[in-house]
Amino acid sequence: MCAVLVLVGAFLIYDALSLAGGFAKVDPVGPRFFPLVIGSDLLVTAVILGVAIARGSVGEADAGEDIDPDAPSDWRTVGLLVAMFVATIVLVEPLGWAITGALLFAGSATILGSKRYVFNIVIGVVLSVGSFYAFYSGLGIPLPAGILDGIL
Amino acid sequence: MDNFNWLLQGFAEAATPMNLLYAMIGVLLGTAVGVLPGIGPAMTVALLLPITYNVEPSAAFIMFAGIYYGGMYGGSTTSILLNTPGESSSVITAIEGNKMAKAGRAAQALATAAIGSFVAGTIGTLLLVLFAPAVSRFAVTLGAPSYLAIMLLALVAVTMVLGNSKLRGITSLLLGLAIGLVGIDSLTGQPRATFGLPLLSDGIDIVVIAVAVFALGEALWVAAHLRRRPAEVIPVGRPWMGKEDWKRSWMPLLRGTAYGFPFGALPAGGAELPTFLSYVTEKKLSKHKEEFGKGAIEGVAGPEAANNASAAGTLVPMLSLGLPTNATAAVMLAAFVSYGIQPGPTLFDKEPLLTWTLIASLFIGNTLLLVLNLPLAPLWAKLLRTPRPYLYAGILFFATLGAFAVNLQPLDLALLLVFGLMGLMMRRSGYRYCR
Repeated sequence: MCAVLVLVGAFLIYDALSLAGGFAKVDPVGPRFFPLVIGSDLLVTAVILGVAIARGSVGEADAGEDIDPDAPSDWRTVGLLVAMFVATIVLVEPLGWAITGALLFAGSATILGSKRYVFNIVIGVVLSVGSFYAFYSGLGIPLPAGILDGIL
Repeated sequence: MDNFNWLLQGFAEAATPMNLLYAMIGVLLGTAVGVLPGIGPAMTVALLLPITYNVEPSAAFIMFAGIYYGGMYGGSTTSILLNTPGESSSVITAIEGNKMAKAGRAAQALATAAIGSFVAGTIGTLLLVLFAPAVSRFAVTLGAPSYLAIMLLALVAVTMVLGNSKLRGITSLLLGLAIGLVGIDSLTGQPRATFGLPLLSDGIDIVVIAVAVFALGEALWVAAHLRRRPAEVIPVGRPWMGKEDWKRSWMPLLRGTAYGFPFGALPAGGAELPTFLSYVTEKKLSKHKEEFGKGAIEGVAGPEAANNASAAGTLVPMLSLGLPTNATAAVMLAAFVSYGIQPGPTLFDKEPLLTWTLIASLFIGNTLLLVLNLPLAPLWAKLLRTPRPYLYAGILFFATLGAFAVNLQPLDLALLLVFGLMGLMMRRSGYRYCR
């Protein structure tokens, strides 16, 4: 977490310094001010948080209905889900929403442990084709049809 | 009397058949997502933001209001029937409510929660009618510096009070501000923190952030710790209360409301503190002290009323100042912006009909909740048995759909993943969010 804070803070400062300043007449604060302040605050809090963690500060995990907080983190599931999601990002334009959405649902359900593979795909297809038409005719938002262009 | 007239006009607008239908959809949807673990009203409203492109503002806000109140009510059903509260504000309800359910009094626990929601929601909304216009009239007279000060106070107060670690609260605030910096600087026209991507020059859409943190991050977090065996749901029939239950519930209900509303209206009040205060008070005043910890109805009625009254109170700063003090209010404000309406102190002056329709629909939504949810309780209990793989796969699916439909840009999905992973990491390091 500290690393993220440092990264974001450093980027903001770097980016702010690359902006042209000197618009004093129209804008006494200037475009650099806020990124610099927020960036340096991020760096400072990152250090404080780092010290706090080193001294044993652990955030109290929030309870949830489906969470077993004592179970060790299951990184395999998370990794597979992220991979699934990356595939969705890459495929959504060429293949279209109907196919990608169905794959996303079926894939995630399978990764999360649903063993009824055919049923997973059926629900996925119903959801994605249904949402395609709901958005198209109900809301007037054309989700990409991809290779099914003309069929849907 | 002017406000009263506006309120009547708001009722006239909200009571058209089409708008009643939207209210009904909102209430049902809100209760469903409130009951289901993993999704809350904030995410649901965020996912429904695309409808703002095609639906009248009044209809959209009527639906959002239904989702907001419905979500509050649905949360209590979950904590009573399943001993694991989904949000911090229903922790107290779970203590006594689940004990009651285990003792075979689930019907009474649900009934007192439903009636508590209704009473507290209605009184809370009445107080909103009284206070919000006055606060906004006062806020209009303030200059920009004072307004900035109020905004800062609210942000700092929220980060300091909510959650359990001030340090983590502040870092979240700073990360949020950092995300807000992305885009073109409005005064000098220079792209700021856009990584040279022209698509980022409009800034990052709040829908993408909200869905990423509330839906994707949450789903990934649950996936990392998923309980492999399904939780036990206590079956329930139609909720009802006997004479004795009424007698024991009505005072706690009113006291809970009195605790909840002011806390909700304060920038950082939240719902945790008033529910806790209400519980302690009822325990002290009760004639049945020995039942506390074993399923006392007062311990459900009071905190549940406090929770809902605080939800109504939250709308005071939202409507009168444009300040969100919880996630759902923040997303609703985003909806105002996407209609080109500037939320803030001038809202009551510039959009009186819309604002009063929204308030009137809160009364309507609240009544619908009571009427629909008493008979539907067994159905909601069944919803709790949704197989978890489907539930979380569905959340991922709708999160993707909602974030994608805003601009139809795959880049938004990449941002969704980045911020979703950030949300997951923050959850892991002990951050929490407040629905």
